[in-house]
This record gives sequence, C-alpha cells and structure tokens, in this order.
Amino acid sequence: MDERAAEVDVTSNGANSEVLVSVSDIKKHFPITKGLFGRQVGAVRAVDGVSFDIYRGETLGLVGESGSGKSTTGRVILQLDEATEGTVSFENRDLTEMSGSEVRQLRPRMQMVFQNPHASLNPRMTVGTIIGEPLVEHRQSKGDERQARIDELLSLVGLEPKHANRYPHEFSGGQRQRIGIARAIALNPDFIVCDEPIAALDVSIQAQVVNLLEDLQNVLGLTYLFISHDLSMVRHIADRVAVMYLGKIMELADVDDLYNTPKHPYTQALLSAVPVPDPEVEATRRHIILEGDIPSPANPPPGCPFNTRCPIAQDRCHQEVPEFRELASGQWVACHFAE
Amino acid sequence: MSQTQKVLEVSDLVTQFDTPDGVVHAVNGVSFNLKKGEFLGVVGESGSGKSVTMMSLLRLIPMPPGEIVNGEAVFDDIDLLTLEVDELRNVRGGKIGFIFQDPMTSLNPVLTIGYQIMESLKLHTDTPAKDLEDRAAALIELVGIPDAKQRLKNFPHELSGGMRQRVMIAVALACDPQLLIADEPTTALDVTIQAQIIDIVRDLRDKLGTALIWITHDLGVVAGLVDRVLVMYGGQIVEEAEVNELYAKPQHPYTKGLLGSLPRLDQKGQDLVNIQGQPPSLYTKPSSCSFAPRCEYAYDKCWAENPQLDAISDSHSVACWWDMDNERPRYG
Ligand SMILES: Nc1ncnc2c1ncn2[C@@H]1O[C@H](COP(=O)(O)OP(=O)(O)OP(=O)(O)O)[C@@H](O)[C@H]1O
Ligand SMILES: Nc1ncnc2c1ncn2[C@@H]1O[C@H](COP(=O)(O)OP(=O)(O)OP(=O)(O)O)[C@@H](O)[C@H]1O
Ligand code: SF4
Ligand SMILES: [Mg+2]
Ligand SMILES: [Mg+2]
Repeated sequence: MDERAAEVDVTSNGANSEVLVSVSDIKKHFPITKGLFGRQVGAVRAVDGVSFDIYRGETLGLVGESGSGKSTTGRVILQLDEATEGTVSFENRDLTEMSGSEVRQLRPRMQMVFQNPHASLNPRMTVGTIIGEPLVEHRQSKGDERQARIDELLSLVGLEPKHANRYPHEFSGGQRQRIGIARAIALNPDFIVCDEPIAALDVSIQAQVVNLLEDLQNVLGLTYLFISHDLSMVRHIADRVAVMYLGKIMELADVDDLYNTPKHPYTQALLSAVPVPDPEVEATRRHIILEGDIPSPANPPPGCPFNTRCPIAQDRCHQEVPEFRELASGQWVACHFAE
Repeated sequence: MSQTQKVLEVSDLVTQFDTPDGVVHAVNGVSFNLKKGEFLGVVGESGSGKSVTMMSLLRLIPMPPGEIVNGEAVFDDIDLLTLEVDELRNVRGGKIGFIFQDPMTSLNPVLTIGYQIMESLKLHTDTPAKDLEDRAAALIELVGIPDAKQRLKNFPHELSGGMRQRVMIAVALACDPQLLIADEPTTALDVTIQAQIIDIVRDLRDKLGTALIWITHDLGVVAGLVDRVLVMYGGQIVEEAEVNELYAKPQHPYTKGLLGSLPRLDQKGQDLVNIQGQPPSLYTKPSSCSFAPRCEYAYDKCWAENPQLDAISDSHSVACWWDMDNERPRYG
C-alpha cells in the first residue's frame, strides 16, 4: 500500500523516536483593530509560545477548552495560518522559512480533517470528484488509474465504489466524515491534523470514525495531531497528550501518566470535571470545581495564565510566567509548584 | 413511594410534524412518570425525540407543523395537554420551569437580567414589590454568581455562556417550581463550566426538593446526577431503569451498544464497539423495532412487530424482543 510505512521502524506502541514535526515557540496573535483606518488597539493571543515534537507514527492529542488555541495551533503547523513568531519544521525542514511553492510541494504530505463534515464538502460535487480533487490538483494519476485510486480510497474508509457518483447530501454525518478522511489520505500523507473530527457526530457514530482513524494509522503508518475537547476519546486514541489553556501548553505527557497522575492544577481540575459514564464510579469521584470563567485571550492575566482560577496560586504566580519544564516523572509542566 | 407522590404522569404521547417531505413521527407513544423530588435523565441520540417529548408537555412545539395526536400529561391533577392556553401560560415558568440549551434564545437581549427575573416573580408569585429586587439578588446568589446586586443590572450579552446558563436556572427557579425541565443545559459549555453548573444543581436538590428532568446525549453527565434514566430511540422509550441498574445491566441492545461505544476517562485500551448503520428515518410510523436494522440480536419477530416498553422488574423496563441475559426470545 504505502511504501513509506514499511520503511519506518515502529516500536510497540506504534510510534518511534523519529521526530516528524517540530514546533518551536510558535505564537499567533490576531490584531484587534478599531476605526476607519484599522488602527491596531490590541491582539488576541490565540497561540502564545507553544513548543512540542510529534514523533512519526504517533498520535499526539491536543486538548483544552474552547478558545484555548487548539485549532490555531493546527493551522499554523500546516501553514494555513502564518505564525507571528516561532518555527515549525517537518522532517527537519523549517516550513516558516520556505517559499509558497516549496510549501505547496510538501502539502500532499500534510493534510487536515475538519470538524464539520457538512460544511467542508462541496455540495455540488460528486463524492468521486471530491476525493479525486487533490489527485487532480497535485497531478497524481489520471484516467482509469485515478478512478481505481478513488475506488480504493472509498473502500479504505468503509464506503462502496458505487458511492463515487453520489452527492454529499445523500450521506449521513458519519459517512460524510469518512469522505473527508478519504480525501485527506488521497495523496498518501505522512501527517494529518484531525481537528475535532468527531465533535459534530452522534455518539453512536463517533466510535465508527475513531476506529477508522486507528485502522488507517496502522495500515498507512500515519502520524496524527488529534485536536479534541473530548478528554475520554483522547485517552482512547492518543499516545501522548498536550493540554492547552489560553494559548499555552500547561502540561504534556504520555497518555497514561497524564490521566493517572496529572501534575498541573489545571489538568487535575479539567480531568476531574469530565463525568465518567458509570454511576458507581461517579458516586465516589472527587470533582474539583474551578471558580470563574476562562479569561479572554485578548487580555490574559500577567504571570501564569491559570492564576485567576488556580486553587493553589501564590503571589509568585501573578508575577512570573512559569517555565515549561520536565519533572522527574518525565512529564512536562508549566507550574511553579508542580513536582 | 406511593402513587400520590407522582408529580407528573405522561401516557401514550404521540407527536407528529406535517412537513412537505411527509409526516415526521417524532414521538411514538411515550409514557413515563416522575416522583416528587426525583431526578430523571433522558438520553438518546440526536433526533430521537427527547426535546419534542418534553416540549409537547408544555405545548412549546410549533403547531402547525407540529401536532400532538394523542396522549395525556397529568401534572398536579390536571392534564396539561387539554388545559386552556392561558392557564398553561401560568404553568410555564411557574410550577414548571424550562431551561433551554441556548440561553440567548430565551433571555430577552434588550432587558437586564434583574428585570427579567423580577418580571417572572411578579407574574407567578405574590412577592411584594419592595422585596422583588432582594429576592432576585438572592436567586442570582443561589446559582453561584458573585456581586449579585451589581449583576442584576447586566444585559445578557454582558455575561459569559456559563453565567447566562446560571441566570436561566435562576429565572426557572424564581417561582419555586415543582418541576424543572432542562434541555441539554450544559452541552454548549466547557467542561469546567459544566462541572460548576452540575454542582449547583446537585446543591439545589437538597435545598429545594424540585423534581428535575435533564435531557442530554451525554451518558457521563447523567451517571453522576440522576436517579432514573429514560433511553429514547426513534421517538420511543426503549429502556427505563434506575441509574445504577441501567449502567450495570443494560437490557436494550441500543443502550448496551451505546455504553460500549463510549471511551472512558478512567480506562485505557478498551475496544470501542461500532454500532453499525444509521439512526432510523422517522417518515414512517414504526411497525417493527426501529433498532432492528442496526441490531445484532434482531430475528424475525423484531421485523414483524414493534416491541413496547415492558417491566422486567420494579426498577427496570425495556422494549425489546430479545432477552439478552438468557439468550432467548423474551416472550414465549
Ligand atoms: N482569524 C481570527 N481572527 C481573530 N481571532 C481569532 C481568529 N481565529 C481564532 N481567533 C481567536 O483565537 C482564539 C483561539 O481560537 P481557536 O479556534 O484556536 O481555539 P480552539 O481551542 O480551537 O477552540 P474551540 O475548542 O472552540 O475550537 C479564540 O479566542 C478565537 O476567538
Ligand atoms: N419543527 C419541526 N418540524 C419538523 N420536524 C421536526 C420539528 N421539530 C423536530 N422535528 C423532528 O422531530 C424529531 C425529534 O426531534 P427532537 O428535537 O425531539 O430530537 P432530540 O432527541 O431532542 O435531538 P437532539 O439531541 O438533536 O436535540 C427529529 O427527527 C426532528 O427532525
Ligand atoms: S503556576 Fe501557580 S497559578 Fe499557575 S497553575 Fe501553578 S500554582 Fe496555579
Ligand atoms: Mg477549534
Ligand atoms: Mg433536543
């Protein structure tokens, strides 16, 4: 199927230690303008200094509440949004230094699956045309060969070749998301940013799509950045997890470490707020109730971004931005007091 | 609990929508009851009829195209479905409070929240005029909003989503309702804010003794909150059980599949069950089990006849022709 997948030295958890994507201190500030001449009066600090590596073959989960900067991070990585600062490299090549045409050449290898399967498919195109579009755009295969590839893609995502002649509205939400996934894998990518790929789907359909993403990862050796606010699903699918809050990473760790022994007070509160579908477990679970709301990214508090809601905040937290540092346990945490 | 302690008894509710594409059979014979102070969860996927069922009780569905074709909904000894419209208005926002998913649609954007709460108090209670403001502030405080007196002067858009949802709860509580119906009140909120709201509702349960119907598609939320759960599918209740029993021993294949398809925060490495197929079309009146096309247990009877909700114990009912525990047809 995919020759590249075969070359990769895959370890037991599906990932290896080769860094595929490296994000270094990226920032994305959207200007807030006012008046006729668009005078800049401030900025939304959507992403405000984020660094992490994504290893080939792994799934990195990116979680956080709405507005924390997850989608913007994904878009900056794929160069769909230009970073205000910082670098993104793909196989050790700095994307932020590349020309438009160089990025375009790499485009087939980095793809995105969107949240809303209804909005992201052109309603006037047949499913075959939608899936074949990237093949046309990047001049890969033609004629019968292209048709065969479209058929192959449809069956890979669990649809039938005869579906190629139908239109998106003839499909259910879960099926449309499969079409979006088929398009994303059409060019044999290495890396896919999945931005809330199941959020718009019915609960009973979500498992279908997640199982499909996992199967495709195994067969094609894909690397995922899986963006989601569903912390239970992220536990299921991710190898490592990064927790965002107000444009910054609060904690990053192997999935089991993060869920079993969260070190950051925000991660602890966030996890404790997620209900478990089991009344006996819920009856004895301790819920940490945070006070107040998430501050606006246009006006984040000085010091630690979490200081307005943190149950253990001290004076220092209101002055000093905590360093993102590695603990003895191997977990990365941005909190003065985590240990 | 004795019969007399029931606050609500719904029988055989049927609601349809007459649309250009055909008749939508949204609610197909729903019966349930609610005891005083009881918390009832209603779960089921999108389009299963959760909202239409509860909105039908207060005739809040658009009519036409909607029509309540059959049923009875006895609340406080009166049938809500045959009540005169002006009397029904008194019940809405009075003895029965309703909290909608999107508070912006039910809070008036051009009025302060203080004004809106006080209006509700004026309309439904005999609070003396001089006490209205204090009472409104007390309600705002009750739902965990600090600086209550100041907040009364705010307009809805000046509040965050979580705050607005609390105001909605305060408005619904203004008249000491006997029953509160909350339709996905936390679905649009972040989890840390959802946890705040659920904490408040749990707290109120002890303080007020209000009965509650909580509609959600999140089986996690109801697990820690309610006493009993109704599972809806295709406009019918397919399972009803005491909360612990439902999660420990689901009897309907849909409930079982749904629970198996859910990843859990506290578990690693489980396989997620694929529920094959799609939710049912509601354009025809069900004459077979609506879940049959997706059901691994379906046999000829399931295609021939629509199973009705039937008690298998005092605290558990199911609408299914297959007895999962004994691996045989349920009747006969
Ligand atoms: N094009 C833009 N112009 C201005 N502000 C933006 C833009 N895109 C995003 N933002 C703001 O940046 C912040 C982060 O947005 P982002 O969409 O990355 O968050 P998110 O974590 O993906 O949230 P959600 O869970 O709601 O999808 C938000 O405050 C958002 O309003
Ligand atoms: N005004 C309307 N006109 C036509 N059909 C309607 C109308 N309102 C609801 N329906 C249909 O009735 C059925 C039940 O809808 P309902 O809103 O009760 O579902 P639900 O279980 O609350 O779903 P959700 O979880 O998406 O809120 C759906 O098929 C819906 O499309
Ligand atoms: S640094 Fe301070 S405010 Fe931030 S999470 Fe740690 S204790 Fe809380
Ligand atoms: Mg997003
Ligand atoms: Mg609804």
